[in-house]
Amino acid sequence: MVDRAHGYWVVIASLFVAAVLALVPLPAWLVWGRPEWVALVLVYWCIALPHRVGVMVALMSGLAMDLLEGAVLGQNTFALAVLALLSVSLYQRLRVFSLWQQAGIVFLLIGIHQLICQWVQNLEGVGARSLLFLLPALSSALMWPLILYLLRGLRRHYQVV
Amino acid sequence: MGGLITADLRFNGLDRTRSLLDTLVVPVYWVADIPSRLSDWQETHLVSRGTLQEEGERLRRENLILEGRTQQMASLQAENIRLRALLNSTALLRDDVVVAELIGVSPDPVRQQVVLNKGASDGVYIGQPLIDANGLMGQVVDVSEFTSRVLLITDVTHSVPVQVNRNGVRAIAEGTGSLGALEVHHVSATTDIRTGDLLVSSGLGGRFPVGYPVAEVTAVERDPGQAFARILARPSAALDRSRHVLLVFTVEQAEAH
Repeated sequence: MVDRAHGYWVVIASLFVAAVLALVPLPAWLVWGRPEWVALVLVYWCIALPHRVGVMVALMSGLAMDLLEGAVLGQNTFALAVLALLSVSLYQRLRVFSLWQQAGIVFLLIGIHQLICQWVQNLEGVGARSLLFLLPALSSALMWPLILYLLRGLRRHYQVV
Repeated sequence: MGGLITADLRFNGLDRTRSLLDTLVVPVYWVADIPSRLSDWQETHLVSRGTLQEEGERLRRENLILEGRTQQMASLQAENIRLRALLNSTALLRDDVVVAELIGVSPDPVRQQVVLNKGASDGVYIGQPLIDANGLMGQVVDVSEFTSRVLLITDVTHSVPVQVNRNGVRAIAEGTGSLGALEVHHVSATTDIRTGDLLVSSGLGGRFPVGYPVAEVTAVERDPGQAFARILARPSAALDRSRHVLLVFTVEQAEAH
C-alpha cells in the first residue's frame, strides 16, 4: 500500500516554482505573452494525478496567485478552479492524445482561464483594451511539451503516484 | 466564489484578512527577487578600483553642489514661515522620509503596481505617498506585516490632483495604463498650459503633500470641436527604473496613525 502523502512535496514545490516564474519581472515587450505557469503546472498534475490534485489544490494556489498579483480575491481562484475541474474531467481523453493535440487542448483551457480573469478584471474596471490578453494561451500551449517532459521526469524520479 | 469576488470588490471587510494572507505569501516575492539581488550584488562587489574612485569623485562633486544649494535653505525657510504667518496661513512643515526597496513588480500588464520591502512593522499605512529622487511615484494601497503594495500614478484607476508650477492652474492627472504617460482631463481649451510645463502635486484632496513634481507636459492638443484640450504628460519619477524609493511620512497623517 502506497502512502497517500508520498511525494506530495513535489507537487507543492513545482507550484511554488511556477508562482516564482509568474512573478519574475520581464522586459516590456514580453509582459503580455508571459505563459501562465501556475495554470500549466496545475493542468499537468490534474491529468497525471486526478485522484489527488484537483479543485482544492486549484483553490489554494489561486488564492495565493490573487495575493501575489494584487488582484481581486477570487479572480485566479475562480479561474484555476474551473481549469482544474475541466482538466480532471478530461484526463482520460487527454492522456491518450498526442503531444500536440494535448497542446491544442491546453490552448483552449488557458484561453478559458484568461477569459475568466479578464471578466473579473472588467468588473473592477482595469481590463485589457485589446485581445492581447489571450496571448498567454498561445505561449502556454507552446510551453506545454516542456512542462510535460519536465514534470513527468520529476514524477517518475520521485515516484509520485 | 462570486460572493468572494463581490466582497473584495465592494466592501472593505476583507482588508484585514488580506493583509494577514499577504504576509504568508511574502517568501515567493523574496525568491522571485533573487535574480535582481544577485545582479545588484555583482554591480556593487565586482567593480574595478578605477570605477569606484571615479564614482566617489563624482559623488563628492555632486554633494558639494547640493550642499552649496542648501546653504540658503535655512534662511529661505524662515522667510517662508514669516510670510505665511503674515498671510495667516499655516506653516509648511518638512516631511520625513524612509528609504524602501522595490522587491516586486505586478506581473499583470493591466496593473501598475509595485511591492516594497517595508510594511506595517515599519509604520507604513494605507494612502502613504511614495516618491523617488525625481518625483511622485504613487500611493500605498495594501499593507502586510513586512511588505506593502503601491499603486503607481500611471495605473488606470489612479488620479493625482496637480497644479502647473508656472502659474498655479489646477487640474487632475489620470493614469493611462502605460508607464510613460499621464493624461490631464477636463482642462478647457483656453487654459494656459504649454508643452514643457511642470505639474506638481497640489495637495488638494489631502492624500499627497504639496509641491512634489509629478509630470512634465509633453503634448497639448486644442481641437475646436472638443470641449476640452487633450493634454499628455510624462511622469517625472523613473517609474520603471527606481529600485530605491522614499516613503513620505506627512505630518498630519503620521500623527493620525
